[in-house]
Amino acid sequence: MVQVPTGSGPDQVSAAPRSARRAPIPRVGRERPTGSNFELYSWYFFRVSGLLLILLAITHVVIMHVINTVDEIDYDFVADRWNSPFWRAFDWLMLVLALLHGLNGARIAVDDYVRPRGWRVFAHSVLWSTAIIFLIIGSIAVVTFNPDAAVTAGR
Amino acid sequence: MVSWALHRLAGLGVLVFLLLHIVDIFAVGYGPEAFNDLLFIYRHPIFRAGEVILVAGLYYHALNGIRIILVDFWSKGWKYERQMFYAVVALFLIAFIPTAILMIRPLF
Repeated sequence: MVQVPTGSGPDQVSAAPRSARRAPIPRVGRERPTGSNFELYSWYFFRVSGLLLILLAITHVVIMHVINTVDEIDYDFVADRWNSPFWRAFDWLMLVLALLHGLNGARIAVDDYVRPRGWRVFAHSVLWSTAIIFLIIGSIAVVTFNPDAAVTAGR
Repeated sequence: MVSWALHRLAGLGVLVFLLLHIVDIFAVGYGPEAFNDLLFIYRHPIFRAGEVILVAGLYYHALNGIRIILVDFWSKGWKYERQMFYAVVALFLIAFIPTAILMIRPLF
C-alpha cells in the first residue's frame, strides 16, 4: 500500500484531530502518527529499536573500532567471537533491529522526496526487497557459521 | 532544522555502510581466504577516514535520537528542544574526540 506522505520535517504539523486541539508546537521528531496502525507501529518501533541500538551499536563500535581496530579484525577474530552464543545472539539482534530501523528511515525519506506515484511504488518495492534479502543473507551469516564447514567451502 | 537534516543524513549514511557490512560478513561463511581477501577494502586509507566519519554519524544519530525521544515522551521536552540540542553537541564532542584519537592511533 502506498502511504500518504506523512512528512517528517521539524516544523511538520499534522492535520490530525489530536494536534488540532492544541496550539501547534514545532517539534524535532515526527508527530505521533494517527489514522494508520502501520505508521503508529513504525513510529514506536523507531524509538524502541533506537534505544536498543544505542546499547548494541555503541558496544559494537567500541569493541570493533576502538578497542580493536580493523587491522586486527580478520577471519580468525570473527570465528573466535562467534564461538560464543552470546555474541551470535547479540550480532543477530543488532542485524535485525539496525536493518529494519535504517530501512524504515529510508522509507520515510522516500515518502518525503519521491512524489510520482510510479517511482514511489518502485522505491518502496526496492526497500522491502532489500529488507527481505539482507535479513536472509545476514541471518545465514550469523546463525549458520561453522568454522569447519567454512574452511572446506573456501577450498 | 539543522539537527533534523544531520539526523537524516547520518542515518542514511549508516544504513549504506550497514548494507555493505552485511555483504562482507556473508563472506565469512566461505572461509578464511574469501573473507580475508575482502579486508583490503576496510584497511584502505580512504575507508579508514570513512570509518571515523561513520562513527561520528552514529554518535550524533544516537544522541539526537535520545533528544527526539525526550521531546516525544517527556511532557516538558518540547520546552528544551534547543537546550537539548546544545547538550547533544557537547556530549557528541566529549564522546567523539577521544574515540577519533583512539581510532587513528595506528597513524602515530
